[in-house]
Parts: sequence; C-alpha cells; structure tokens
Amino acid sequence: MKTFYTVSIIGYGAYVPLRRIKAIEIARIWGKSEKVLPLEEKSVAALDEDTATMAVEAAYNAILRAKIQPNEIGAVFVGTESKIYTVKPTATVVAEALGITPTTLASDYEFACKAGTEATQTCIGLVGSGMIKAALAIGSDIARGRPGDELEYTAGAGAAALILARSGIYEDVAEIEGTYSFVTDTPDFWRREGQIYPMHYYRFTGEPAYFYHSREAALRLMNELGLKPSDFKYAVFHQPNSKFPQEVAKSLGFTAEQIKPGLLVPLIGNSYAASSLLGLTATLDIAKPGDRILITSFGSGAGSDAMSIIVKDGIESKRDLAPKTMDYITRRRYVDYALYAKHRSKYNK
Amino acid sequence: MGSPSYWREKVYRYRLIAKYCENCNKKYYPPKLACPICGNKELKEVQLPRIGTLITYTWVTQPTKDFATQAPYVVGLIKLDDGTLIVSQLTDVEIEELKDGIRVEAVFRRMFEEGDSGLIYYGTKFRPCLFSK
Ligand SMILES: [Zn+2]
Repeated sequence: MKTFYTVSIIGYGAYVPLRRIKAIEIARIWGKSEKVLPLEEKSVAALDEDTATMAVEAAYNAILRAKIQPNEIGAVFVGTESKIYTVKPTATVVAEALGITPTTLASDYEFACKAGTEATQTCIGLVGSGMIKAALAIGSDIARGRPGDELEYTAGAGAAALILARSGIYEDVAEIEGTYSFVTDTPDFWRREGQIYPMHYYRFTGEPAYFYHSREAALRLMNELGLKPSDFKYAVFHQPNSKFPQEVAKSLGFTAEQIKPGLLVPLIGNSYAASSLLGLTATLDIAKPGDRILITSFGSGAGSDAMSIIVKDGIESKRDLAPKTMDYITRRRYVDYALYAKHRSKYNK
Repeated sequence: MGSPSYWREKVYRYRLIAKYCENCNKKYYPPKLACPICGNKELKEVQLPRIGTLITYTWVTQPTKDFATQAPYVVGLIKLDDGTLIVSQLTDVEIEELKDGIRVEAVFRRMFEEGDSGLIYYGTKFRPCLFSK
C-alpha cells in the first residue's frame, strides 16, 4: 500500500517497566524444567502502571524526538489487548495526559499483537491523505498469562510510540516506503468477554498462524516494492518467544545480524501490541541514514502488517532527545514470584 | 477522593500544570483559585518543570483504603527545578536508593481506583531520574 503524499516517522519512543522476573523463577513455582524455557526473563509492570501510563511515557519520548507541539497531533490511536476499561477509551486518557486534547481523533485498536502496527497503518493513511498534519500511533500492553500456563513465561509489558507526518515538513527520522496487510480468520488465540486470561489452540499457533501470516505479509511487500532480504539493513518480526522470530527470519532469507538489534523478547518477554514496534524503536536507536528496515507484526486471529522504511538524516539529531529502548531494558530490578503476583494482582484473581 | 473535583483538576494532575500569580511571582501546585498572598483571582496556568530534587520523604505503611494495595509507598517533598515545592508520591523506588537530595522526575501513573468496577484515577508521581540530570 502506498499513500498519496509520502509519509515519514518524525518521532519515536519506547517504554519498558523497571521490574523483571526470570523464567527460572516462574518455573520454580510450577516445578517445570529449566531446560525448555522460552526466554530468559520478562518485564513486569508495577501496580500503578497500566496500558495508559506506559503509552504516555512512550509517546512522551516520541513527542520529544518529534519536536512537535502536542496540539499539532490530530490522531491518537492506542493498539492494545489490555484496555484500561472494557468500555471507555484508553486513548482519551493518553491524549489528555499528553496535552493533545481536545481537537483530535482518539481511539483504541484491538487486533491482538498487531494492534500497534494497525494503529500505525491508519495514522499513515490519515497523514498521507492530507487529512491531518501529524498522528500518534502507540502499541501498549500488559500481557496476561494464566498462572502456570505456558504464556505466563512470556507475557510481558511495554509500550512503543511513533509520530507520523508528511515527509519534508518536520525533520524526518525514517520514510515509509510501503506497507502490506495480510489477514485471515484463524482460531489460534482468543479471550471471551469477562474472562481474565486468554485461551490458545496449540495446533494453530505456529505454522498456520504466526509463520504463514508473517511470511506472506513480508514476501508480498517485498514483491510489491521489488526488494529482496539483502536490500534491508535490518528486519524486525513479532516476538511471541525467542524461537519464532529467528525461525521466520531465517526462512525468509534474513540473517541473524539483520534481526539482532530488534530482537528484545529474550530480555522483556512478549509485549504484545508493543512487541514489533519496540523492536523497531531499538533498531532506530542504532540505525544510520539510508538504512532500510523491514518491520512485520503478527496478531492472533490472525494477520500481519509489513512495512518497509528508509532511515533519514533526522535520526542523527533526534535519537538522543529521549531515553533509548535499551536504556529502559538495561535498567532493571528483579522480583520474585511473590512480588510479581502482588504487582499483577494475581493473588485475588 | 473520587469526585467531580478530581476530573476538573485532571489537567493539573496529569500534566503537572500549576497556577501562577504574576503579582507575587509565585506558583501554586496543586492549583489555587486565588493567590493566598494578594487575593489575585486572575491566576495563569503554567507548566512546571518535570525534574526536581527530593528534599525529604516518609514511608507510608498504614495507608487509607484507596491506597491500601500500594503499601508500603513513599511520599516526598520535592523542590522542582524552578524552586516550586510540591508533595508527591514516589514510585519505582527502593528503600536503599532513597536519600534526601536525589534527583527525581515526573511520571504519569495510576493514583487509585474505585474498586474493581469503578473509575481509575491517574496523576503525576515522581521516580528517581533514569539518567543523571
Ligand atoms: Zn499573589
């Protein structure tokens, strides 16, 4: 997909909570073998954090880098599957906290782990049509895994934000070269109304869901743009565990080097709607003007958004205007399962 | 605490905006309707700096019902970088890193909620600065 006007990322920001729990600590509680753990450790949000507060900090960092007045932003879309209310938007709280209200679009996007890139696609369309000047897309999630379930090892927390505007008006960080969206009705993962924890169908999780959609979106985008994996300096895939993104990258012909800067799941877990966007913010933190980056999200249910972006000169002067993704990741405090349970209110749920 | 007044004050609580008296050159946070010194009612809204220094603090282990699940937590007296003194809850802080004079920065956090079915109230807290500032 291409826009009428060329669109660029003019600011980006990340947020990862301070606390971590090691996978071996979770395994200790449930008597599981330490040998088969899907990652090293995951991020844990504090009691006073939620999807809105994490979104605000990531977006605040994006605004600092964009060097934009909040009231110039005409859309705030929060992609999440952990909305703060079932009915009442997360996006209005976020927009109010950032000073973007009242003249703005604001809404929550829901598509499992691809809600953040779905929000990004909409922002690209809105600024690319000339309808609004700048738009804020956020992926923010506190993922939930039922105690003892396999998902409990990977369900992490984090947020990432992008500010998009027509190219050449603000200092551009990276230009959107093209996007592709690929969705089908697939029953790999779901949560019914009123239920706290999601359910998943193992036989649909891997090949028919994650691999098929990620691969198709990435391949079709590259085909449309006439590009091959070696044309990209970096690639980022959705990260439900350590294995999947490495496998899908390899099957498409990307090297371990290309995905390394954006592969954060071993350290923070699966931050759902923030996962691939955090991979992108971490990659932008180290990218150079001219680098081409592929980002491919995946959301259960199921679908993938693929985007090709080309880094612009603005990155050099903007990356140090806010904390970097790895700054948040290396700042960490370990909690045991008891404190983790307290912070995530597991004792009464 | 969950009341219409909280929603009227949300902009101040969310964004750390104070009221400023031009006559007395003084900022008030939380904002006041009139200047307590000169009675001026035409107070201006001003953005406070988001960074300051912790002057002193106290541990709260016996909180009121709204804050019960957050115990233990810390309330600090903070001198913002423009000299404004404010009292605020601290977050993401451990007892060993707490001392007078540490640099702190504003963050947007949940303050309390009205049970499992009521509203969630947000506001500003402070945490030790991520980086030396
Ligand atoms: Zn006065």
